[in-house]
Amino acid sequence: MAPPPEPRRPYKRPAISDQQRRRELALQAQSARRADAQARARALATSLLTTQAPAAATSRHEEEEEYDEHEEEEHEHELTVAGAAAAAASRLRGSDARRWFARQIMLPEWMVDAPPHLATDWHIFARPSGKRCLVVSSNGMTISRVRNGSILHHFPSALPNGSKRDISGPASSYSILDCIFHEPDETYYIIDMICWRGYSLYDCTAEFRFFWVNSKIAETSAGDPPSTCHRYRFSALPVYDCTLEGLQAAYSGSMPYVKDGLLFYNKHAHYQAGITPLALVWKDENCSQYVIDTDNKGEIPSEQHLVLELLEDGRVVTSDYPPVAFGSLDSAFIQKSNLRPGNLLRFAVRDESVKLVDGKMQIGQLQFVGKPNRARAFADSHSKVLFQYAARHVPLRIEDLVASIQSNSMELESTDVEMQD
Amino acid sequence: MSLDVTQVLLSAQSADGAIRKHAEESLKQFQEQNLPGFLLSLSSELANEEKPEESRRLAGLILKNALDAKEQHRKNELFQRWLALDAGAKAQIKGLLLQTLTSPVASARSTASQVIAKVAGIEIPQKQWPELIGSLLANIHQVQPNVKQATLETLGYLCEEVSPDAVDQDQVNKILTAVVQGMNASEANSDVRLAATRALYNALGFAQVNFSNDMERDYIMRVVCEATQSPEVKIRQAAFECLVAISSTYYDKLATYMQDIFNITAKAVRGDEESVALQAIEFWSSICDEEIDILDEYSSEFTADSDVPCYYFIKQALPALVPMLLETLLKQEEDQDLDEGAWNLAMAGGTCLGLVARTVGDDIVPLVMPFVEENITKSEWRQREAATYAFGSILEGPSADKLAPLVNVALGFMLSALMKDPSNHVKDTTAWTLGRIFEFLHGSALETPPIITAENCQQILTVLLHSMKDVPNVAEKACGALYFLAQGYVDAGSASPLSPFFQDIVQNLLMVTHREDAGESRLRTAAYETLNEVVRCSTEVTAPIVMQLVPVIMVELHQTLETEKLSTDEREKRSELQGLLCGCLQVIIQKLGGMESTKYSFLQYADQMMDLFLRVFACRNATVHEEAMLAIGALAYAAGPNFAKYMAQFYQYLEMGLQNFEEYQVCAITVGVVGDLCRALEDKILPFCDGIMTQLLKDLSSNQLHRSVKPPIFSCFGDIALAIGENFEKYLIYAMPMLQSAADLSAHTTATDDEMLDYTNQLRNGILEAYSGILQGFKSSPKTQLLMPYAPHIIQFLDALYNGKDMDDTVMKTAIGVLGDLADTLGVHAGLLINQSTSSLAFLEECLASDDPLVKESAEWARIAISRAVSG
Repeated sequence: MAPPPEPRRPYKRPAISDQQRRRELALQAQSARRADAQARARALATSLLTTQAPAAATSRHEEEEEYDEHEEEEHEHELTVAGAAAAAASRLRGSDARRWFARQIMLPEWMVDAPPHLATDWHIFARPSGKRCLVVSSNGMTISRVRNGSILHHFPSALPNGSKRDISGPASSYSILDCIFHEPDETYYIIDMICWRGYSLYDCTAEFRFFWVNSKIAETSAGDPPSTCHRYRFSALPVYDCTLEGLQAAYSGSMPYVKDGLLFYNKHAHYQAGITPLALVWKDENCSQYVIDTDNKGEIPSEQHLVLELLEDGRVVTSDYPPVAFGSLDSAFIQKSNLRPGNLLRFAVRDESVKLVDGKMQIGQLQFVGKPNRARAFADSHSKVLFQYAARHVPLRIEDLVASIQSNSMELESTDVEMQD
Repeated sequence: MSLDVTQVLLSAQSADGAIRKHAEESLKQFQEQNLPGFLLSLSSELANEEKPEESRRLAGLILKNALDAKEQHRKNELFQRWLALDAGAKAQIKGLLLQTLTSPVASARSTASQVIAKVAGIEIPQKQWPELIGSLLANIHQVQPNVKQATLETLGYLCEEVSPDAVDQDQVNKILTAVVQGMNASEANSDVRLAATRALYNALGFAQVNFSNDMERDYIMRVVCEATQSPEVKIRQAAFECLVAISSTYYDKLATYMQDIFNITAKAVRGDEESVALQAIEFWSSICDEEIDILDEYSSEFTADSDVPCYYFIKQALPALVPMLLETLLKQEEDQDLDEGAWNLAMAGGTCLGLVARTVGDDIVPLVMPFVEENITKSEWRQREAATYAFGSILEGPSADKLAPLVNVALGFMLSALMKDPSNHVKDTTAWTLGRIFEFLHGSALETPPIITAENCQQILTVLLHSMKDVPNVAEKACGALYFLAQGYVDAGSASPLSPFFQDIVQNLLMVTHREDAGESRLRTAAYETLNEVVRCSTEVTAPIVMQLVPVIMVELHQTLETEKLSTDEREKRSELQGLLCGCLQVIIQKLGGMESTKYSFLQYADQMMDLFLRVFACRNATVHEEAMLAIGALAYAAGPNFAKYMAQFYQYLEMGLQNFEEYQVCAITVGVVGDLCRALEDKILPFCDGIMTQLLKDLSSNQLHRSVKPPIFSCFGDIALAIGENFEKYLIYAMPMLQSAADLSAHTTATDDEMLDYTNQLRNGILEAYSGILQGFKSSPKTQLLMPYAPHIIQFLDALYNGKDMDDTVMKTAIGVLGDLADTLGVHAGLLINQSTSSLAFLEECLASDDPLVKESAEWARIAISRAVSG
């Protein structure tokens, strides 16, 4: 064909049309959401850590047998596909896979009672408000994923091998940080470090890990303000000993971020994936906007709500391992409401139907409310349900924590028999 | 049935509407009852020297429209209809047309030329009418200049209609010889010479072989260059148009002619009439375009070297070219900024200067800066404007290192000129230049120290907000500058220096939208676009102000719906405003609905907002529909399952959107919104799926729908299946065969050009996303077995893609994911097929080794799923 006549060239006009831009942004957003929906469907999260964190898996000899499936996975990445005799990942399906991913992160129990020896054995810091996520840097790329496995950000960073510019050592050696992404200043606050330049910190004590976070972040420029090769800033947190001064600083001191409760880490605890009593979370209205749970509409319901997972046998359970069952649904109801094993369900609880027996909660009657917000990937833990119950009735107050620290310190001086828990 | 064709044709041009309508009816009837007779009488009318010029011209026009249409599918129909016509009638018609070329009446000749070219466009690719070119060439040797002229014109149109590979090289040579001879200075008749020059423009695409032959090329180039010196201005202009076309088609053959061409163009730019001078400048702009493309390919590491080497013509011409272009800048017209359609020497020269800067980068700076410095403080506005324009033009291309020191010095001067210069023209260009500074030298991606600091940012804002109250063209440029200023802070987070002034900015922009004269210089549009960008780049700190904007924009949209009894013109303006307001709401919904802290309080507006959008749909206008649709998609995503309550009312408009073949953008956007709805509503979309699927399937089978909508429709199948799971069962028998035949087609297409390859890959990606969604949707359902019959074909498709070696990374990622999905959903059954497949495992290995992290991630997923399936 003959060349077309030249179009008149744009003169003093911005090259873009905002309408076109809106269209393109909408299409981009749609395709990102499609990818996200697919990833969720595939529970893609399972593959991130099976494949990118073999060292993480190798270093967990001390862990209980429930984790032994990971031991097998470390070999799996060496197997050729053709001969794939199907390692342990084959056991991970649907909600199991989801639960497995959740167990990669160390999740604190909710503090219903103050533990002893707070001042000597525990660290304390103010938890930044935001999304909990695992940040993995390797091969010139940094990816953060929230608990349900979806990608939060995909970006270049100054973490080791975190951007194309900064590849040092073997490009595949990775670092894994446990972070909270704090939206207002677009910063990843590092609450823990799992791997650094390919070696694992699973076996290290919390005390050492916190020290390591501070010194390693200072070594890299990950704490610098964002730039082209470093899209988000990383920041360590002020971690205190849980003395009266430490508690005071974390509770009422000013932080560069919005607080959402206080986190307590036992100094001697190793990084243990899943829910652990060696890390605790506590909050009240002064240090968190979100003390009492809200419903799907963001309002505080008149009765306590809890989210539980439906099992094959109809029992509805917490996310603990092993799970705690709060009741069970009959099969007629399951069929009628079109529910499937693995579904998360929201229930309401009447106060009068709750009983506390040996620190465990028992619930007489659950009222089915519906399915929770679909971003939810996990049921509530037992300690969370308990904390929520307490928060509505007899909350553990900051004064109680202060008293506990004071009594602990008295205890140090006297060598009396232990006081009650 | 005797119809006085002449009379009807004249009546059809009558000033009286009733007569005209009646005549059109008669013509239509005639055409429907007896097509060959109808066409034959039209061509007789055209050929008949005794008939009035008006009826002959209309007869030719109707003939032309009976042979061609803009719309592809209508065009194909007309082609088939002509080919099916009785051979005798066609021969008669063609004879009459050729005869008309010898008519003394110019308009009859010219109309006949165009009709002949249309017939040739249909018949020559079918190897019919082989004698046409021969008989045309025989005409060339006739003495009468009018026949010669009409024949050359016909050859030109013919080259425009027919693809070069449908014509033998031997005939091409003869056509070119005839055309170039007609252009030669020895041709005494200037009408003939002009027709020949214009014909060459169209014939250049046929001259590949001739341009590769040094002697022939030298001859063609000499004749073209000589024609640029003709005493006739139209011939000179047409000759320069040929040079422009040659510069892009035969860039790599130009080296030996560049010195001469420079001299010719410089002479034209400095002394010839504007229409000629503009084409001379266009030649250099076009060379810039070529070199920018080539250098782009050089610098992109992923493609092999460019096919065409860069000859650096612009770099070599630079010392002479830049002064020539700078001179043109001083030739502005008064008030050129007020006329949207203006295009003059100064504008063309400035535009070319900007392209030169993009081509050569840093080298242009020392050549332009003395001109800027000398003129920017002169008392004559033309000098100040030219200096500012020159400076603004070179801001894209040179490195930030080179420009930053200059811009640092200039910024203060520019800000004060924008406040104080007495000339609107200077202020307009100054505001535009500031916008360019913010666009290219501001933002977190730059390595140089920032030019905009917390200190001068406030001053810049003060000046820009002040200028938004200036005359409309200046205010529009000030809005544009603010757009880029805001964009530069998109990554700044809460530290954005705009945050403290956010309220002021928003209020000033709203004030601009309310100006009486906001309809001039597209000021209102610019203000809303800037508001959108400001909202997009806002942070959590300023979210409360964005929240306050919601009811304000909603009230404005509401007001547009209250006005009644509008004239066509007013209705058009109202539609434009509604489009802008829906666009603005869309941006706000994405912003506030995307942040947890604002989402819930924002969603309290959802009911009223939805009500407004539904009323907007009731006003029929494509652009507004598109904007409202996009806004609804965003709202659905923010509202999640709660959006279900709007579905009953919204559904009819969704269906309308999916049926909108003509405005395919609306259709495409609506398909995207279906995806949004699926993700928001999940299984609550089920009651609407019968209707949606029916419509989508119709869309796919239609040959009227623009092809770009088809890939997203396939992806949408996946979205639906993922949302409704095994309920997709009833659609399988319809969707799967369509997917299969599209898959076969797309796997075996050999793309001839990049655009085609791009489209093929989009189509493949859409098909694969559909498979992925369907497979995942059926996962852990007792009905999984229903998918078994389709699995072998899916594997074959993947094998074909792998063996085709022309898929891009996106397709690769989706394809390997589908392999994983097959294994994941069908388990051991898929395992067997995968083991039997020729290349599945090789494909997987290749993806696992990919450099692209997304491909790799997808492959890792597939590996695990397959291991599981293979082991049972």
